Amino acid sequence: MNWIKNFVRPRFPSVFNDRDETPDNLWDNCKKCGEMIFHRDLIAMQQVCPGCDHHMRIGAAERFKALFDGGKFERIDVPDVPHDPLKFKDQKKYADRLKDARTKTGEKDAVQVGLGKIGGRNSVIAVQEFQFMGGSLGMAAGEAVVTAGQTALAHDAPLIMVAAAGGARMQEGILSLMQMPRTTVIVQQLRERGLPYIVVLTDPTTGGVTASYGMLGDIHIAEPNALIGFAGPRVIQDTIKEQLPEGFQRAEYLLEHGMIDMVVHRHKLHEKLAQLLDLLMGGKTHETLPAE
Amino acid sequence: MQNYLEFEKPIAALEGQIRELRSVGKETGGVDIIEEIHKLEGKVSQQIEKLYGNLDAWQKTQVARHPMRPHCSDYIKALVDDFVPLSGDRLFSEDHAIIAGLGRWQGQRVAILGHEKGADTQARVKHNFGMARPEGYRKAIRVMDMAERFNLPVVTLVDTAGAYPGIGAEERGQSEAIARCTDKCLQIGVPFVSVIIGEGGSGGALALATASRIVMLEHSIYTVASPEACASILWRSSSEADQAAAALKVTAQDLSQLGVIDRILREPLGGAHRDRERMMADVGMAVSEELAQMASLSRRDLIDQRRQKFLDMGRTGIV
Repeated sequence: MNWIKNFVRPRFPSVFNDRDETPDNLWDNCKKCGEMIFHRDLIAMQQVCPGCDHHMRIGAAERFKALFDGGKFERIDVPDVPHDPLKFKDQKKYADRLKDARTKTGEKDAVQVGLGKIGGRNSVIAVQEFQFMGGSLGMAAGEAVVTAGQTALAHDAPLIMVAAAGGARMQEGILSLMQMPRTTVIVQQLRERGLPYIVVLTDPTTGGVTASYGMLGDIHIAEPNALIGFAGPRVIQDTIKEQLPEGFQRAEYLLEHGMIDMVVHRHKLHEKLAQLLDLLMGGKTHETLPAE
Repeated sequence: MQNYLEFEKPIAALEGQIRELRSVGKETGGVDIIEEIHKLEGKVSQQIEKLYGNLDAWQKTQVARHPMRPHCSDYIKALVDDFVPLSGDRLFSEDHAIIAGLGRWQGQRVAILGHEKGADTQARVKHNFGMARPEGYRKAIRVMDMAERFNLPVVTLVDTAGAYPGIGAEERGQSEAIARCTDKCLQIGVPFVSVIIGEGGSGGALALATASRIVMLEHSIYTVASPEACASILWRSSSEADQAAAALKVTAQDLSQLGVIDRILREPLGGAHRDRERMMADVGMAVSEELAQMASLSRRDLIDQRRQKFLDMGRTGIV
């Protein structure tokens, strides 16, 4: 199992993620096949079930470690945005929901930005965390995508967008909708500079995220079985009152319907990205990975 | 027959009395009846003024969806000479939910795009209630491309509950079509004015509304999710739509404060549906004014300013 050795072993374990410090004796179970897995093993497997290959949700820190060469990267700060501009309150105050999500994830908002190397090439990765309020796209997430794009422009680097979201963050009203054109502008700037923009669609990516930067990539990659679509399956079912086809809105279904280029197993993602960037950008040869 | 909204009951009652008095008056022709009618008409205006001066977000949502409100095709008929409709995305089919065409807007050659909800049952079905499929957005992309090549300003009239959530729409890439359409809006080097004439529903509206200048009619709405959808997700009951509408800040007045739109166009007393001709004439003027302001800008400036406008949105002016 070469990939574990290459990409996963946490070489800089203590720096970024408190959540990694969960005790070793903790068990998780696969939501798909029910298999019990050691928490630590699951991290080593990048949250892929060893029994049924189900791709579970994975946090930004783990994702960065898996995708950047040698697990080495630098976090990029995202400028602050106005919090709770509408003073939104449903059954709970949005301000409280935000606080809870921050406590739960240890992150400021749903999108994190990292700078490192992929295949020896400077690259920016933005990761959207479903664990943070369903990954929803609000002003902070939009600002993070814009920051990721600007960082890529500043380093002449490609941008990899690892998307996951239920959609726009309703608690920010129209200002969340406006993140769709905002993020589109930054994608256009990358395009005009000739820098690759690769989207990795993970489970689930729907709504305003797919209807903007999620579907504007030069190359679209999806993780196996990821749910990807505009409207959620329940909304469609409620509208048309019909049974949805088998595998509807899953990665493999989108591949068949021409919306994505490929479905790539999480363990092969780093390798595939390095290969694609090399083919798109050429020029620079691979620098050697830091020695073990 | 006049359609009354729930909150218009007091108006409906007074106008009912007037109609009754009129039919009695026809038979008897009494002077006192005519006086009484005058008095009631005065009360109606007062009542309309009172109600429409203080509409809440949910009431505005209902006005924005009023079936008698002028629709895209009404505006085109009233304002655009020489209108030539254009059909099809050249890829799959024609989508009647979005009307596209060329014509002269008060004399000026333009490309026009707009959602059409339809005025009667037959038309509503034909136009899919203004809910476009990917083909509608791809047709819009095609027409915007052409507008750019022939240096035609683009005018869009936005009125949709949202993009259609269906199996076919998903299979054919609804989200990709919306993303590309918004992308195109930000790439065309021609003057571009968007008017939210009724309901601006989420991404399906945004795809036509990412314009240099965004005008909203006084009682129209523009929102990330319909109040009903928001209520059913966050309140777990669609009957809290009135609360959701207020919380989402969907009105033209809210959006102007948030710096998302550029101009509010006043509606005739009692809403656009009470004086359609005047409303349409006012929209005609407003769009011409906005286009005139952009007439001297270069292609590059038009694109850069539009992109900057959206890039800056929400960054300033909000505490």
